[in-house]
Amino acid sequence: MAESAALNLVLWLPALGMAWLLLTRNGSDRGVRWSSLGLMLLQLALTAWLYLRFDGSMPGLQFETRVPWIADWNVNYHVGLDGLNVLLVALTAFLGPLVIAGAWTAVDKQVRLFHAMVFVIQFAMTGTFLAQDLFLFYVFWEAMLIPMFLIIGIWGGERRIYATLKFVLYTAFGSILMLAAVIYLVWSQAQATGEFSFDFADLGRHPLPLGVQTWLLAAFALSFAIKVPMVPLHTWLPDAHVEAPTAGSVILAGVLLKMGTYGFMKLGFPLFPDATRAFLPALWVLSVVSIVYGACLALVQPDIKKVIAYSSISHLGYVMLGLVSLDLLGIQGAIVQMVSHGLVAGGLFTMVGMIYERCHSREIAAYGGLAKLLPVYSVFFAILTLASIGLPTTSGFTGEFMALLGAFNAAWPVHEARASLLLVLAVLAVTGVVLGALYMLWLAQRLLFGETRAPHQPLKDLDARERAIMLAFVVAIFALGLFPRGPLAKTELAALDYQQRVLASRLPGDAP
Amino acid sequence: MDRTQLLLGLAFALFSLGFVGVMIRRNALVMLMFMELMLNGVILSLVTFAERSATLSGAVLVFPVFVVAAAEIAIAIPIVLLVARRRRTLDVGAWSELKG
Amino acid sequence: MNLLTLIVLLPLAGFLLNGLFGARLGKGFVSVVGCGLPVLAFLAAVRAFGELDGAAGLALVATAYTWAVVGDFSFDISFYLDRLSALMTLIVTGVGSLIHIYSTGYMKDDASYARYFAYLNLFLFFMLLLVLGRSLLVCFVGWEGVGLASYLLIGFWFEDPAKAAAGKKAFITNRVGDAGFLLGMFLLYHALGTLDFDAVNAAFQGPVAPAVSASLVGVLLFIGATGKSAQIPLHVWLPDAMAGPTPVSALIHAATMVTAGVYLVARLNGLYLVAPEASQLIAVVGVATAFFAATIAVVQTDIKKVLAYSTISQLGFMFLALGVGAYGVAVFHVYTHAFFKACLFLGAGSVIHALGGEQDIRRMGGLAKRIPVTFVAFAVATAAIAGLPPLAGFFSKDEILWYAFASERGGSALLWAVASVTALLTAFYMFRLLMLTFLTPSRMDEHTEHHVHESPLSMNGVLAVLAVLSAIGGFFHVHLFLEPVMPLPETAHALEHLELPLIILAVVVGLAGLAAAVYVYRGGLDRAERLERRFPGLHRLLSGRYYVDELYEAVLGRPLHWVSDRVFLKLGDRRLIDGSLHGLASLAQRAAGRLSSVETGQLQQYLWLALMGIVAMLAWMWRYG
Repeated sequence: MAESAALNLVLWLPALGMAWLLLTRNGSDRGVRWSSLGLMLLQLALTAWLYLRFDGSMPGLQFETRVPWIADWNVNYHVGLDGLNVLLVALTAFLGPLVIAGAWTAVDKQVRLFHAMVFVIQFAMTGTFLAQDLFLFYVFWEAMLIPMFLIIGIWGGERRIYATLKFVLYTAFGSILMLAAVIYLVWSQAQATGEFSFDFADLGRHPLPLGVQTWLLAAFALSFAIKVPMVPLHTWLPDAHVEAPTAGSVILAGVLLKMGTYGFMKLGFPLFPDATRAFLPALWVLSVVSIVYGACLALVQPDIKKVIAYSSISHLGYVMLGLVSLDLLGIQGAIVQMVSHGLVAGGLFTMVGMIYERCHSREIAAYGGLAKLLPVYSVFFAILTLASIGLPTTSGFTGEFMALLGAFNAAWPVHEARASLLLVLAVLAVTGVVLGALYMLWLAQRLLFGETRAPHQPLKDLDARERAIMLAFVVAIFALGLFPRGPLAKTELAALDYQQRVLASRLPGDAP
Repeated sequence: MDRTQLLLGLAFALFSLGFVGVMIRRNALVMLMFMELMLNGVILSLVTFAERSATLSGAVLVFPVFVVAAAEIAIAIPIVLLVARRRRTLDVGAWSELKG
Repeated sequence: MNLLTLIVLLPLAGFLLNGLFGARLGKGFVSVVGCGLPVLAFLAAVRAFGELDGAAGLALVATAYTWAVVGDFSFDISFYLDRLSALMTLIVTGVGSLIHIYSTGYMKDDASYARYFAYLNLFLFFMLLLVLGRSLLVCFVGWEGVGLASYLLIGFWFEDPAKAAAGKKAFITNRVGDAGFLLGMFLLYHALGTLDFDAVNAAFQGPVAPAVSASLVGVLLFIGATGKSAQIPLHVWLPDAMAGPTPVSALIHAATMVTAGVYLVARLNGLYLVAPEASQLIAVVGVATAFFAATIAVVQTDIKKVLAYSTISQLGFMFLALGVGAYGVAVFHVYTHAFFKACLFLGAGSVIHALGGEQDIRRMGGLAKRIPVTFVAFAVATAAIAGLPPLAGFFSKDEILWYAFASERGGSALLWAVASVTALLTAFYMFRLLMLTFLTPSRMDEHTEHHVHESPLSMNGVLAVLAVLSAIGGFFHVHLFLEPVMPLPETAHALEHLELPLIILAVVVGLAGLAAAVYVYRGGLDRAERLERRFPGLHRLLSGRYYVDELYEAVLGRPLHWVSDRVFLKLGDRRLIDGSLHGLASLAQRAAGRLSSVETGQLQQYLWLALMGIVAMLAWMWRYG
């Protein structure tokens, strides 16, 4: 009882924060910042409590709330925690205060509006993860667009209008198709069962014919694939990252991209298992292409943020690979990799923000020898680089290792049955670890070592606030890298459920 | 051809004349005059139908229509004159800001 | 907390203490912590070794904690001590401690003293994880970790971009090997459901053959080994790694990290015993690498580079032994090589220290009387590596040559012949090094000559210890000690009578190399330079190290960059994807433009359209209404 109330509070606190910020006028910028930080920390504390209370050995939803909303269509406000979203909600809550703290000195105009927008995004992201009703899910999914549009458009860089329009239009295009699919899905379920329902639990019950599933999956997948992003729908990401303010990039890379993979995991694949099975090779190809193409492109970028943006595309390729491997190890690896990437990319973007505040440049060529000029900064940057590469003891290794092992486990038996495409793809994915080391070490090399070079010297190293932020990231990365047992125990049942639902598919060629 | 048809034919003729005139002429004030002609055609048809059906409603309607026409002219002419003063012409073709 | 976990954690504590507080607490603190903890680890290892023998030869197993549980499978962080890992642990902690002590002298004046010892301790931690790990997973954690430590230490003086680049090259080359390691590991997990070394060995030695090809796994894991142990084709990082401080070269790139590949194959001998194709490949690659590296070493002019190529060559010998099934012999050579190679590197460090930074042997000479301790140690180690009896190298190298010739598991005269020629070259280039550095008349410039001074006790003491070990270490026959864990292969009965003649031949070969070196270099560089002029092409090829680096750059480096930039970025992302997006956008804009041309703002046109619409509607209603 108390837990479900707490869960609702976790969801609505940011909304309340936004309302309060927008409705009150007076109060200094300082006051706005401190109160926002306080609110985020409160949300984090509640989330932490819920995370610890979450019982990984119980299947299904925990801490549920189900309240009728639009009774005529049987739309309910239905939220709850399950193995699939518990880690993502925790990640979102963890990044909240770090985003606010990171933007402390970076945002100096329209501070009130900025923090309000951060709250709205926090609300929308948490809501997307917690929603158990398709209508509610869609509302939260769309709700994230406006604040992101404003954050990039107002506080962004030079080409911010182009970048933010590209981001919004791209995402909205996918969403429109998804809306059509949602309507059709609910309608066809209503035809079959005789009553309307938008609830996830009800939607999966009646299988649809393969042709219908294919179209619906395509519509949903388009929207999710744009979000992940998967190649070739990825070009909005580098522009969005480069033009967004640091806080925007951290939110974007940290959580927003996971909404896409979460969508696949929660909705896309389990609701349309037959179509998923039918298109499995194509999905594998797209995942591995993301891994390799993203890594190759990261190698030739002149802008630090673009390198990290393309590395995100590559890392999320591992997530998708783990999900389509349909192997328990792969799925668990995908979930861990989602969280790990949120921490690593979030941390890296925060660090880029720190150097940008000092030197006002994101060009790699403008920097050199930072290990001498900013030793503390360099240590944190090096640790994050290693986590991005997937060095064992960091969370990056946990995610990548398990995802690759899962993919391999899935590909090898198929290879023995004379269909080697998956194995070739799995091997290609493993070479991704070499490429990953290549571009990250190249970046670290150019920035940290060699001759010293930086605009606006002398530079001040990290102050207490910045050290605290980076310490939080690093501790989380090592915790997930060294002790993944706890989080994995919480997600295992949900991962198994996902696996069962997709494997329960029936294709025309299957044996009866 | 009986009386009603003749009258309706006349009303239609008046109306179409007015309509064509509005379409062809470019002078704003002349267009307004033709619009009056259209209104007259409508009024004639109203009265004709009123006579045919032996009710008073059609005939009664004529008076509101006259009033509205008058009011309309009273407002339209000053607007046209104000715009014409801006544009220095009464040519409707020149008033095309709403294009595109 | 059990003993094995303690051994592993002691250096980690050193890393944390020196890393976090070292800079503030001064060099004394750093030295005590930095050297003390490895010494403690060594003592703990000795204690563990003692317990091992007491436990009737069975292995000690200790689990630190469970890393993850997925389904029915539990990934544990466990440690495993048997004779092999005990020996390796003693080498790692023992030679490691000695090199730590040496470093207190060598790095005395360096500004980043604390950082150095922190990294060195970190290396030790990961290396111990590698050799004590019970499963391939723990081994892999250590494997990658030593790669990291190597990266940090090679690029230790990172202000020099070339040194930093060398570190990066090492890491990337290792990573390529690691991809093979991962694939082999995945295959094993899939087929056997376990990654524990003892279980894997038992499965392959058991009655039922596992569902996966042993040779395939063997080759994949060997790819990993080639990366870590600098065999062809992944050897290119080791010579560049000499950019790091010399004690680092001694520890990581001679005595320990590079032997990880040898350890891996030896550890999995149960698998390799039933993988003849993989073993054959290992033997061939090993002997080819040994020969290839030795030919390059002959013309190197940097004292450390000679030793680097020598290391690659000696590692080749070890793999040759592994390839013919003589796993214990390979480990024997690891053991002796640790002593004499560390001694050689530290001796080189002494020379460089004495000469104030000079590393080019063409500008050395006449140091035998000026730095006698270093000279004697270096000479002993040189004789050991050349295989002169009764020094350590003689015993181990001889066993390798014998098994290469006579082993029933792949030995052949060809392997033996190539290995013997390589041994001849080894003796030659090592004595060349000794001659040019110490015994020929001085070619030093004046400034350097004045600078020459003997090394402090911290350095000389360690050199002495290592020289003694290089001399007498061979009497402990490691391969016999390890027989319970890795039995030696059968040798062809028909050939057994040749064993003694071959030993004699090997000694003759060693002496021949010595004689040739003395002959060519006796008076200095003159005779050598005349030889160079007579064979310019060959000399160029060898000096250019067979242009392998250039080949890789041309075949892999540049194409990758070109494809990523031209094809993926410019063509793919910008023209195709973004192009089609912008095309769509401009299409929408143009269409909208055309459509909006209906809105002319002309009142009368609107009226016309309205008329048309009304007419059409009336007509429609008349027709269908």
